[in-house]
Amino acid sequence: MGKLEGKVALVTGAARGQGRSHALRLAEEGADIIAVDICAQVDTVAYPMSTRADLDETVAEVEKLDRRIVAHVADVRDEKALNAAVADGVAALGGVDIVLANAGIASIGVAEDGNEAAVFRTLIDINLTGVWNTVHAAAPTMIEQGRGGAIVLTSSTQGLTGRGGDGSGAMDGYCAAKHGVVGLMRTFAHWLAPHNIRVNSVHPTGVNTPMIVNPVVESFLAESADVGDALANLMDVPVIEARDVSNAIAWLVSDEGRYVTGTTLPVDAGFVVR
Amino acid sequence: MSGRVEGKVAFVTGAARNQGRSHAIRLAQEGADIIAVDICEPVPSIEMYPPATEEDLAQTAKLIEELDRRVVTTKVDVRDSAGLQAAVDAGVAELGRLDIVCANAGVFEIQPALELTDSAWREMIDINLTGVWNTCRAALPHLVAGGRGGSIVITSSTAGLKGTPNTVHYTAAKHGVVGIMRTIANEFASHSIRCNTVHPTGVNTVMIQNEKTWGLFEPDNAHPTRESAAPIFESTNALPVPWVEPIDISNAILFLASDEARYITGVTLPVDAGYTVK
Ligand SMILES: NC(=O)c1ccc[n+]([C@@H]2O[C@H](COP(=O)([O-])OP(=O)(O)OC[C@H]3O[C@@H](n4cnc5c(N)ncnc54)[C@H](O)[C@@H]3O)[C@@H](O)[C@H]2O)c1
Ligand SMILES: NC(=O)c1ccc[n+]([C@@H]2O[C@H](COP(=O)([O-])OP(=O)(O)OC[C@H]3O[C@@H](n4cnc5c(N)ncnc54)[C@H](O)[C@@H]3O)[C@@H](O)[C@H]2O)c1
Repeated sequence: MGKLEGKVALVTGAARGQGRSHALRLAEEGADIIAVDICAQVDTVAYPMSTRADLDETVAEVEKLDRRIVAHVADVRDEKALNAAVADGVAALGGVDIVLANAGIASIGVAEDGNEAAVFRTLIDINLTGVWNTVHAAAPTMIEQGRGGAIVLTSSTQGLTGRGGDGSGAMDGYCAAKHGVVGLMRTFAHWLAPHNIRVNSVHPTGVNTPMIVNPVVESFLAESADVGDALANLMDVPVIEARDVSNAIAWLVSDEGRYVTGTTLPVDAGFVVR
Repeated sequence: MSGRVEGKVAFVTGAARNQGRSHAIRLAQEGADIIAVDICEPVPSIEMYPPATEEDLAQTAKLIEELDRRVVTTKVDVRDSAGLQAAVDAGVAELGRLDIVCANAGVFEIQPALELTDSAWREMIDINLTGVWNTCRAALPHLVAGGRGGSIVITSSTAGLKGTPNTVHYTAAKHGVVGIMRTIANEFASHSIRCNTVHPTGVNTVMIQNEKTWGLFEPDNAHPTRESAAPIFESTNALPVPWVEPIDISNAILFLASDEARYITGVTLPVDAGYTVK
């Protein structure tokens, strides 16, 4: 029997990359999935974002594991759309026990001339306010159900260090938002502990997903050797796999992590300790 | 289904009882063979709870054998670096390799800072800090020689992240092991050897289930009990539980020791019901 049999997990940014990997990993352990993704381009993002076809592929792969999935296109900045998507998933699947606030963007490689503030603001809107919206879309139901639960917020090594900072809206916004996520995690951990709902953050180093494995980021790193060095891992591995982050999350949300709350868990090949 | 640490060998200190035994068993359930050591004797400055015995260590060994895993036990003090090295060497000679280290052995005592004797301070630092280094020192050559990487998990405490009154020697040692962990993580990363610490809140063992510790939580009660102290313990955690169980620490260590955590190193992982965030 899976470790998450009978649980329902909300995953944002589930169309591809880490979000898809998390949905599949949790489904392998028996969870049903409420999947949300924007499936559209954001104009301060230089790499191609996900599509409806990506989200459909996540649905097909979860169903192949014999788990149920309810998928909606919604922007985590759009509270109303997000609340409606979650409410529909909750109604269809019988509640929600796990929340993975994973949706996010990076703006590396975007031309910023005169546009810095918009780049910065959009990063805060999606990577920070979007996380706040996500948790608030699900937490009231979790409290009311009275069956406890677990929430994991995807931050980054940029939520624990400012290494690589260069004064751009892209770096400032990403780093500030990912640090802000730690604040949300800590305050949510207090708020929800009496309800036996645990809240933790994970802090991946570079992950092999389309967010960083794309020509825009690759040429940015090639042109800025200093930043590349600053962003090197301690362990001899250039990037980790989405599955590595999923495994950490699967442990955190399972009963094996039943007394782990309020923690910042790096999955970072030693990036932060370096 | 193959276990999460199938075919690996784990070295566990303080394995005679409670958390150390639980770690050994949990790892054995997932396929590891075990090198188990414990002092099995009293330590002079530790008066508030009884010591582990040789029977306890033998019982750990029996429970591992019942899981069809192999175990090599040695009665040795983690302060005795030569004895500890010999125990690990003998274990590796018999079991063929070394992959996982749980530096778990430790002692606890409550003492107002200004009443602490030199010898009590030294004994605590010798066991809880130097003993952890001795453990890593004895194991690292085998991990390096194996060429397959490895995972070291050091048992610190919430007292390794936060200060608490009346435990200055314990708190200093438990903070100190974080320094050992961070250094090893850096120095041995190129060998794919990972090193992390776990930081439990109160764990349901004799180390806290004794009258003196209950009294620390309930200073105004002349006759504190487990029941009367439980709500005070609970008030220090964020989650509504007074303490956690050894298995909760074992499950964290198993995760860190397994390939599921193959890129987790240099991390201080609280298993503390929200104690440090509260
Ligand atoms: N890839 C890395 O190196 C790395 C490192 C550390 C942290 N992260 C974080 O991990 C998370 C997942 O990223 P990934 O690596 O899988 O990248 P990805 O681009 O493959 O996946 C992110 C997903 O989030 C979706 N998304 C973006 N904005 C959204 C919005 N406003 N509303 C709903 N969905 C939205 C995207 O469409 C995409 O499907 C992000 O929060 C990212 O910041 C990534
Ligand atoms: N119980 C708690 O509340 C708690 C909380 C946080 C951390 N810890 C830590 O967890 C670890 C395990 O403690 P436990 O709760 O299982 O207590 P325990 O006393 O039952 O176990 C500790 C074991 O270590 C052994 N040991 C002590 N000194 C030794 C030495 N010099 N050489 C070899 N072995 C020695 C003891 O004989 C005993 O078997 C300790 O490091 C402790 O500091 C405990």
